[in-house]
Amino acid sequence: MLEVRDIHKTYEGKPLLCGVSFHVAGGETVCLLGPSGSGKSTLLRIIAGLESPEAGQVIWDGSDLAQVPVHKRNFGLMFQDYALFPHKSVAENVAFGLKMQRLPGEEIERRVRAALQQVNMFAFANRRVTYLSGGEQQRVALARALTPRPRLLMLDEPLGALDRSLREQLLEELRSLLRHSGAPAIYVTHDQEEAFAVADRLILLHEGKVVQQGEPAKVHASPVSAWVATFLGMGNLLSGKVKSFSPLQVQTRAGCFTPVVHGEWKPNIGERVTLLLRPWGASVSPEAGAVNQLSGVVGDVVFRVEGYRVSLRSDDRLQFQFFLSQAPAVGETLHLRLAPESINCLPAG
Amino acid sequence: MTKLPPTTRTARLKPLGLWAAPLIFLGLFFFYPLGAIFRLAIDAALEEGLTTAVLLRVWRPLGFTLWQAFLSTLLTVVVGLPAAYVFGRFEFIGKGVLRVLTTLPFILPTVVVAAGFNALLGGRGWVNLLLMNLLDLNTPPIQWMQSLQAILLAHVFYNTTIVIRVVGAAWAQLDPRLEHAGRSLGASALRNLWEITLPLLLPSLLSATLLVFLFDFTSFGVILLLGGPRFATLEVEIYIQALQRLNLPLAGLLSAVQLACTLLMMLAYSRVTARHPAVSLSPRLHGEGTHPLRHWREGLLAAVVVTMLLVLLVSPLAALGLRSVTRLEAGRGERAEVQSGLTLAYYRELFINRRQSLFYVPPLLAGRNSLVYAAATVAISLPLGFLAAYGLARRTAFSHRMEALLMLPLGASAVTLGLGYLVVFNRPPLDVRTFPLLLPAAHSLVALPFVVRTLHPVLLSIPGGLRQAAAVLGASPFQVWRHVDLPIISRAAVVAAIFSFTISMGEFGATTFLSRPEAPTLPVAIFRFLSQPGGLNYGQAMAMATLLMGVCAAGILLMERFTQNGH
Repeated sequence: MLEVRDIHKTYEGKPLLCGVSFHVAGGETVCLLGPSGSGKSTLLRIIAGLESPEAGQVIWDGSDLAQVPVHKRNFGLMFQDYALFPHKSVAENVAFGLKMQRLPGEEIERRVRAALQQVNMFAFANRRVTYLSGGEQQRVALARALTPRPRLLMLDEPLGALDRSLREQLLEELRSLLRHSGAPAIYVTHDQEEAFAVADRLILLHEGKVVQQGEPAKVHASPVSAWVATFLGMGNLLSGKVKSFSPLQVQTRAGCFTPVVHGEWKPNIGERVTLLLRPWGASVSPEAGAVNQLSGVVGDVVFRVEGYRVSLRSDDRLQFQFFLSQAPAVGETLHLRLAPESINCLPAG
Repeated sequence: MTKLPPTTRTARLKPLGLWAAPLIFLGLFFFYPLGAIFRLAIDAALEEGLTTAVLLRVWRPLGFTLWQAFLSTLLTVVVGLPAAYVFGRFEFIGKGVLRVLTTLPFILPTVVVAAGFNALLGGRGWVNLLLMNLLDLNTPPIQWMQSLQAILLAHVFYNTTIVIRVVGAAWAQLDPRLEHAGRSLGASALRNLWEITLPLLLPSLLSATLLVFLFDFTSFGVILLLGGPRFATLEVEIYIQALQRLNLPLAGLLSAVQLACTLLMMLAYSRVTARHPAVSLSPRLHGEGTHPLRHWREGLLAAVVVTMLLVLLVSPLAALGLRSVTRLEAGRGERAEVQSGLTLAYYRELFINRRQSLFYVPPLLAGRNSLVYAAATVAISLPLGFLAAYGLARRTAFSHRMEALLMLPLGASAVTLGLGYLVVFNRPPLDVRTFPLLLPAAHSLVALPFVVRTLHPVLLSIPGGLRQAAAVLGASPFQVWRHVDLPIISRAAVVAAIFSFTISMGEFGATTFLSRPEAPTLPVAIFRFLSQPGGLNYGQAMAMATLLMGVCAAGILLMERFTQNGH
């Protein structure tokens, strides 16, 4: 349906997007995930037609949209901070898109009512939007973007301005609404948990490029680079050098490991790589061992629902976190045996 | 109204102590004369009765005043809106210079502007002389002076700036996302302007329009100098009735009508400006609303607007300056004999009394009078402004009411003020004919709102803690003022002084009433020379207007410097 092809854009002389390409299939919710300043919002604005790229194309069902102005694209865009019209009431805001389509009055009324009921805002129909709370504004903005039945829905950090508990509640509603609408959606966020919860597919944006895309579980299971692993909140990274190839052995300062490699990439002997140690699946071992063992001093133990989160400081001041079923004592020296499948080998960097 | 605790010992002066002088001044030189005008009007109405004839004599100038103000405002908004858009939405090279240029109309005296348009489009102006020379004509082809167009053009010159400033600022503050939301929901650019942008700009547009209308309504010098007696607005009619027909009762009646109208407009204005939007519409990031010119269409629009503003603002002033040093005489019927060339003759003539007549005053003297009056105006308005600004800075309910009172002179027309002085100050010691400080008093009244508005925000910006710290360290109230307040407000004080100086230099309305024939000011002298025939008189008027323009331009540059360095 939507195809974004090799988009380039500079911002104040600096490259912001350098050849971004991806596609969105019908009914699919795609999450554009990247740190702030990675050009996610700009990409949305380019797709919407509010800005034009310096190179590249936005294609819908095979035809280039370059010459189609914003208002003729019929793409819904929900803005960060919502951009509700302060001079219009809740109902007037939601009706705006329908009015632009010159629909008959009673149909507009019917669809506005349905939309407001869907987001539980019908009671507020005649309120001024300036009197709404953040969560209420978010609902109205969502209704406003959805009501004209856009062929593509884009959401720019839709939960970014809300506090945590409200976010979790609205995330649920948002998921069901997106499934319900059937329209493909692009959801922009910098929060990986939000992205995991909402996306059929993740697209990771870093330094103006798509660095990885795929289903959330797959991306989480096999990040393609240390940057992706760090950005997705996986902190236990350890750099090392490939010692032998089959079986794959990597020598690090903290010991020797036999990690697994996902995807196309194959490390060479002598190459510098990064190991990602998953925090789960570690077991306490009575003494330091030769392979896949990590030793260190327990720095901190925090009880979590998933288990005790243990900070382990290894000999040369590297710090790791693991979830263990038993709480070790703080200050104790601990030897952990890691399962090979919970160690990933990634390109260095 | 929350009552803030007094922050310093100086601020703990009794409010009456601070307010006494400004209040006495306002009472004596503003409310007393205005009250006298109302009494005059009521007496006139009671004596003659409000007959149809009287009403007609009021209605005719009132109707014309409203009509020309309506037309002028409409034109100003039409010219100003695209400029406000360009100023509010785009960044381009030269925007800063253009912005300074648009401050010119704020400070340029009406006589200078009128002389400028005369130098450009008048019978002896550049355009006519050029056309006569090119087309081989004996008479000026454009009969442009003494016409409604001349009035409208000068009003557009004066007030476009207001639209640019007020609406342009609102436009820059408008979150572009709102407009983008409209577009993404299917509104075309035009539809979006109508449905989203204009409604959101409406408050600022309304207040700018009202302000422009108010200024057009009370315009005096422009009408008198460019329109001539055929176009009598209320102001001009008051002037004619009072000074030429000596019909003071009718003048009083007209003044009362004028005051009532301006008061209504000011009330409407304060209503409009008091309505704040419930949410901030401003963009999340500073400067997000403006961006460089990207599309060729944007570039074209900016080019058109910049060119238009340059032509509108610069061409009359440049014409004036050039005309004052150019001998360009097309004698009647002897076009071939056109003498042309650069000359300083008009400036040299300023020093010479050719007519040896008693009532003739050489322009040099008029210049000296203006300087003396302006200095006196600064000496009166600055201390009063300081007291009032300190009073306002206390932020009590009382000072709040005082603020409205202080701004009132903005709405009363200078002509009405002048008439009021004529009516009440006719006995020694306060006699218009003999007491020399009445003119500076009137000028001070005009300048006072500007002085207060310049000082007040700066006073508010001084953190109370600074004064308390100085006091704790052993500074007496005077020392606190000397070492804390003074260094901070001195810049603002200089700006206020320049403001009040230039206002006095250029003031025309009240001055026509109050200046004694033997002691005219520069604007009055320019007016006299412009209304006399002859190339030499015209040239001298141009020379004087150019000098006055120079003084005002220097004032603007100085103010610009002092305000910029302050931040």
